[in-house]
Amino acid sequence: MSALRVRGIVKRFGAHPANVALAGVDFDVGERERVVVLGPTGAGKTTLLRTIAGLETPDAGTLELGGVDATALAPSARDVALVFQNFSLYPHWSVRGNLEFPLRAPGRALAPAEVRERVQWAAALLRIEKLLDRPAKHLSGGEMQRVALGRALVRRPKLFLMDEPLTNLDAKLREALRVELLRLFQELQVPVVWVTHDQAEALSMGERVVVLAAGRVLQVGTPREVYLSPASPAVARQLGQPPINLLAVERRGDHWCAGDGACLVRVAEVDASRVGDATRARLGIRPEHVAPHGGETQAEVAVVEDAGPHRVLLLHFAGGALHVVVPRDFEAAPGTKLAPRFDPRHALLWPEELSPPREG
Amino acid sequence: MAFLELAALAKTYPDGTRAVKGIDFAAAQGEFVVLLGPSGCGKTTTLRMVAGLELPSAGTIRLAGADVTALPPSARDVGFVFQFYALYPHLTVAENIAFPLACARMPKHARDVAVANIARRLGLTGLLQKKPRELSGGDQQRVALGRAMVRRPAIWLMDEPLGTLDADRRLAMCEFLREQQLAARVTTLYVTHDQEEAMRLADRIVVMKDGMIEQVGTPLEVYDEPATLFVAHFVGSPGMNFLEGERVGAGAVTLGVRPESVRVAAEEGPAGDGGTPALKGEVVLDEYSGIARCLHVRTDAGTLVARVAADAPTRLGARVRLEFDPARLRRFDRASGRRLS
Repeated sequence: MSALRVRGIVKRFGAHPANVALAGVDFDVGERERVVVLGPTGAGKTTLLRTIAGLETPDAGTLELGGVDATALAPSARDVALVFQNFSLYPHWSVRGNLEFPLRAPGRALAPAEVRERVQWAAALLRIEKLLDRPAKHLSGGEMQRVALGRALVRRPKLFLMDEPLTNLDAKLREALRVELLRLFQELQVPVVWVTHDQAEALSMGERVVVLAAGRVLQVGTPREVYLSPASPAVARQLGQPPINLLAVERRGDHWCAGDGACLVRVAEVDASRVGDATRARLGIRPEHVAPHGGETQAEVAVVEDAGPHRVLLLHFAGGALHVVVPRDFEAAPGTKLAPRFDPRHALLWPEELSPPREG
Repeated sequence: MAFLELAALAKTYPDGTRAVKGIDFAAAQGEFVVLLGPSGCGKTTTLRMVAGLELPSAGTIRLAGADVTALPPSARDVGFVFQFYALYPHLTVAENIAFPLACARMPKHARDVAVANIARRLGLTGLLQKKPRELSGGDQQRVALGRAMVRRPAIWLMDEPLGTLDADRRLAMCEFLREQQLAARVTTLYVTHDQEEAMRLADRIVVMKDGMIEQVGTPLEVYDEPATLFVAHFVGSPGMNFLEGERVGAGAVTLGVRPESVRVAAEEGPAGDGGTPALKGEVVLDEYSGIARCLHVRTDAGTLVARVAADAPTRLGARVRLEFDPARLRRFDRASGRRLS
């Protein structure tokens, strides 16, 4: 049985056809599964979470929670917990008061001992025991987000809904809390829907990733599936840092070649199952799957970035830009000439796109 | 000779907060310098003092050979980009970008060419006739960048200019900034809390903490040869692993090793190179990042992170042995946090 089944969810704001936030969304969350919904600003991620929580009413489609139709249930009857990116705590209350609050809601009436026990349990899990008597307004951003999560934990809900919970934190804190939350969810084995625009978060937090754009699901898969076998250039572009290289190519004899004639990969060595017999296509290759030498076309280094464990080169290649990841001791400077070689096992081919990707 | 020079620069606010506690550094003409540190480290206050938006409590600022410490912002020839863009709402995108050029009395034709060029680089060509309110936040941010970079002042000052952009736009913007800056050779001071952005952009990084400078160096210097435990942890994603427990002479020593310098071997496999220090443990977390994986390994000496190939065979729950190349270990004095030679 799945924790959540989302089928054909449509949500419009106003009558205009351009105001469709969700245009028929389907996905499932398993009983103990962490699913990350990844998409850019405006993809419909937050509307989707709010619809699951019952804060928005869908215009079409159904929701099931734990096998029961919840489409028309009131938010309070759904037993889901929503954690927002701007941690909304009661500033003048202590951490303990904030954690106890959801357990004192009408209709919950837990025994005082049970309330104490649950608050202690959540505080220990989140390592905030020492903060229990501190007013919320005196906490740091990372501590506030832990307390906000604690408020969800104490309820022991059937489903956790996380709306970009790390977005408002400093980069370093985000990294630390991400690891902590991954460990926590792994330990608790609870179902989670985690929404983010950060692809690194999606790949590391998710057991499965739902890639969303303009209110539509583009692909659902494990992190490895969406990273290594993206269904479309639009999915490929949403994952990977540095981003995937995308080139318009055409078949010339035995090779797929770029517009300026540079031959990139042999037809016989690449998987062309998505393009059939087409002679024009879009080729995608991740920067770590391009070797700096061994190819037939010259390229010139424009920018060298030291990313720590490796270097990233931005090359002028075949009339466009090409990112290549090289070992950190690889010698290169702006102006260095290279002959990049694409690893054909990792080259991806898709049908030519109808509208070209945005420049920039 | 230094183009920008900060000497014993300090800022104490009326409430007694010592935001900057006397810092010194110099940037050469055309250099891209990033001020990096967590919130509250004094990086933004430093930038605002260079801009002339805050008056220093002590110390001096020299820009292009002149003492500008007490000059108003308008007399300093600086170009700003801030995290919170302020565009003229009644002007179009094109007019907003052209505004600084019009102020500098550039002829209309040259202005149009400059605006068209920068708009193309920023992907704003289709939006030039729109008003700011018709744009998304990210697009407005790019217009603000374009407006700041269309002119070539003595120095560009940037305070988290990419702060509100989605991750996928940030990288493209970083590269745009870097290419523009390399082409224009305008000295740049850039503030961020994001160490990846700092590594990507900087000629040199100034790492700050609690109003003081921890280290000044090239990205590779601060990454490979961190001066303090703080820098070793703050730079790198994830930061350096630390191991305690070795005693040398008088003081306690902390050893640091980067996740990519930790080798993961089967617990009972053949031993590595003779004399390589090793630790045994269990993989408790497996973070996939596409390009690689980070394995978190619980050992008697604490949890260590090892960066391994995306297709490495080790799985969650595996018992492993961790090996370190002695040449990649860094030693710090535990009490002071300073690097030992």
